[in-house]
Amino acid sequence: MSELIELTAAEAAAKVRAREIDAAELFEAYRARAAADELNAFTWVATEAPPADPESPLAGVPLAVKDLFCTEGVPSQAGSKILEGYRPPYTATVVANATRAGATLLAKTNQDEFAMGSSNENSAFGPVLNPWDRGRVPGGSSGGSAAAVAAGLTPWAFGTDTGGSIRQPAALCGIVGIKPTYGACSRWGMIAFASSLDQAGPFTRNVTDGALLLSHMVGHDPRDSTSVAMPEPISAPTAEDLKGIRLGVPEELLGGGDNGMGIEAGVRENFEATLKLAESLGATVDTCHLPHAPHALSAYYLIAPAEASANLARYDGVRYGLRVGGDTDLNTMYSRTRAEGFGPEVKRRIMLGTYALSSGYYDAYYGTALKVRTKISEDFRTVFGEFDFVVTPTSPWTAFELGAKTADPLAMYLNDFCTVPMSLAGIPGISIPSGLSDGLPVGFQLAGPAFSESRMIDAAYALEQAIGFDTSAARA
Amino acid sequence: MSGYEPVIGLEIHVQLKTRTKMFCGCELSFGDPPNIHCCPVCLGLPGALPVVNARAVDFAVMIGLALGSDIAPRSIFHRKNYFYPDSPKAYQISQYDEPICRGGRLGDVRIHRVHLEEDAAKLIHVGESGRIHGSDRSVVDFNRCGTPLVEIVTEPDLRSPEQAHEWLTLLRVTLRQLGVSDVNMDEGSLRCDANVSIRPAGSTELGTKAELKNMNSFRFLERGIRAEIARQTALVQAGEAVVQETLHYDPVTDSLTSLRSKEEAHDYRYFPEPDLVPLLVTDEIRAAAQEAIPELPAARMERFERELGLASGMARDLAFRRELADYYERALAEAPAGTVTPVEVANWIPQLVERIGSGEDPSESRVSAGALSALAAMVSAKEVSRDAARDVLTTLVAEGGDPAAIVEREGLGAISADGGDGNGLVAIVDAAIASDPDAAAKVKEGNVKAIGPLVGYVMRETKGRADGGEVTRLIRERVGSG
Repeated sequence: MSELIELTAAEAAAKVRAREIDAAELFEAYRARAAADELNAFTWVATEAPPADPESPLAGVPLAVKDLFCTEGVPSQAGSKILEGYRPPYTATVVANATRAGATLLAKTNQDEFAMGSSNENSAFGPVLNPWDRGRVPGGSSGGSAAAVAAGLTPWAFGTDTGGSIRQPAALCGIVGIKPTYGACSRWGMIAFASSLDQAGPFTRNVTDGALLLSHMVGHDPRDSTSVAMPEPISAPTAEDLKGIRLGVPEELLGGGDNGMGIEAGVRENFEATLKLAESLGATVDTCHLPHAPHALSAYYLIAPAEASANLARYDGVRYGLRVGGDTDLNTMYSRTRAEGFGPEVKRRIMLGTYALSSGYYDAYYGTALKVRTKISEDFRTVFGEFDFVVTPTSPWTAFELGAKTADPLAMYLNDFCTVPMSLAGIPGISIPSGLSDGLPVGFQLAGPAFSESRMIDAAYALEQAIGFDTSAARA
Repeated sequence: MSGYEPVIGLEIHVQLKTRTKMFCGCELSFGDPPNIHCCPVCLGLPGALPVVNARAVDFAVMIGLALGSDIAPRSIFHRKNYFYPDSPKAYQISQYDEPICRGGRLGDVRIHRVHLEEDAAKLIHVGESGRIHGSDRSVVDFNRCGTPLVEIVTEPDLRSPEQAHEWLTLLRVTLRQLGVSDVNMDEGSLRCDANVSIRPAGSTELGTKAELKNMNSFRFLERGIRAEIARQTALVQAGEAVVQETLHYDPVTDSLTSLRSKEEAHDYRYFPEPDLVPLLVTDEIRAAAQEAIPELPAARMERFERELGLASGMARDLAFRRELADYYERALAEAPAGTVTPVEVANWIPQLVERIGSGEDPSESRVSAGALSALAAMVSAKEVSRDAARDVLTTLVAEGGDPAAIVEREGLGAISADGGDGNGLVAIVDAAIASDPDAAAKVKEGNVKAIGPLVGYVMRETKGRADGGEVTRLIRERVGSG
């Protein structure tokens, strides 16, 4: 059993195809572990193995999928009480893409409610625990997916990233997480948080698995008007060095010599060490400038809640999900359903977003945030004229204790400081584990120009091989 | 007169006659069992996304071109946010400050803008009256939800309820002939709200307007506007101010009730729809739309008046019904040159319509267009009397065929006036005079009405084949000389 768990997804797929292992046995090995999970990583676990096709590219390798992906007939709740027990009549495109390629649905993973959070403490179904230290958070909002992959409860998983919700939990859990270019993955069937920012992406143990899974997620979908075809397919990474690669370190995100930006000392140390490693592989490392990056968090926390305030308005008790007070009048039903169905962070963001869009305030808040967003995109375009990738620590700190940041929403928002600029610009980003600090994983982020996934993954791969991070500790 | 003039603008919603909905592939329908034409998109299920219906865009461009609007090469969709059970996403995808068409004109009225949006679901209140008040519960039918709508907003150029009625009729036939909508008020494919204000006659400033809703027939529209003008006039004359508000017209009581005042006006928190990319109307789309537009009623009406010399009432009646106008022009084309004027042929169309039924298409009747103009030509040449020709037309409607052959077969040819032989008209006129000397005497004295019985005698004897004018002339002549 445990040998099966130690195989990477790519290795397992190859062995299934070669008939060296049995897909049903592989599925059952993971299913049993998922069913016995103590991290609260799951909201639903399959009770039996679905049929598998050993000839297919993904050869029956089991896949866990974040709760907010619609999976026909299977609870899809976006971590919220307002959708508790909701079973959609259709399946999200990216999930269908993966299952068509041979993946089998193992489980739905726990998450911050409606993808709003950075610690998975906002779930209506309880917090998720970090397998590296169960007193700490796994990150969020895709905390369940990250914890499950890190703990070996699933070989790989889907998450979504709006402001960092794949990259940050990947960093806190010591695994690989990829946010693709906006539009690369279809959003059809993804329960929406912020339409212009949400993107699906893979959590995997290593970069090779990440490239494999991502390649079976992407593609233009006629049902999503914002999706685009990748100009080139995502290829398996092979790079052995970083010769000729120019890495840019944004001064505005990393600050001066001291901890001005609030980056933990251990994280900063690891980051510098990783940069040295990159140089030894042939990369050049220089400071770059993203002048508007300091405003990214503010712009994000106006744009995302504004879109969310409209996206979450459909949860009104009329057609599906929770309904409270159906025998009272309309406004009472609306208010009680939403008061009881939404958690405090969701309510906070709906109010923020509604305010930012309201008459008399639109120009000052939402309108201005859109302009700042354009500026940030321009900053990246300028930087990519001289650099191949922008690099940062993925998260300013390692996994914090449960409850440590729940008292102050703004403190929680700072988790996304280094990931939000890429989300606003719509460019791809990858987080790879780059070491430990006080026994907790640290993540290293590379971000590239739009549609540079293959090159970005390749560079991450070369670095990953050189770092040699051991992910097995969390699987014990 | 009150000294105040009404100022009226209209806000019209037109359901487009596409095959599927504005943002999904569900089919359009009317009157089907509830909730059978729905999908995740038009139900607003979690995770669903809209995709623009290209045909709806084509239709919107056609409408804009027909109204002489500027077509925006690039326009965007906005979310219009409000909570109501007939709005499943709690926002309507519409257009706000970058609509697909701006400006234009139809007849006397300038167009302010034209834009695309989606229709709401249908709310049914279950109870005795079907109204919200007193109902036990409400249910929602999503078949209609997502139907493509075009909203047309006019400038406040209308000055009377009658003018509003007439203009909306012109708009309706224009859209009908464009083929973009059924524009049927009974079925809800045409809806019209009115913005009404008054101001001192001769003033150029606009007064405070009230918005009138729920006028779901042309008659109610006219009555509602009239009621509102009266209400505002009475207010102003009493020294009170008109308050901006929305009023609901009740056709049963012919009165208006306030729905909401300005203070409660909704903040729709418009923002650009992030699930859709900007709408680009390319040269190809524009050219194809232009190509698809037939000659429209206003232009056709004007051409009939100017080139064919038709009176405006006749020109309008023909131009407003494409089948009639097409048939009429075919009839003209088939008439040999110089045999009959356009006015003469036009005068026979109402006669034909009366006989085949007012909703019928004459090209589907047995009367060929050529037959109609040939009949008109025979009357013009006095080969047959007008009365006899009406009988010929009735026969043509029943059997089809050629008018000359029918005249010959039925012996309906006009009777000539030649005297001498006993069959001539003069002989019959003389017989009429002889049969009623009193009437003859009165006619001689100049009593015009007395000629009636004499004319009647002649027409009976000739079975209507004589020309009425000719008979009258002959009677006077023979009485005078007799």
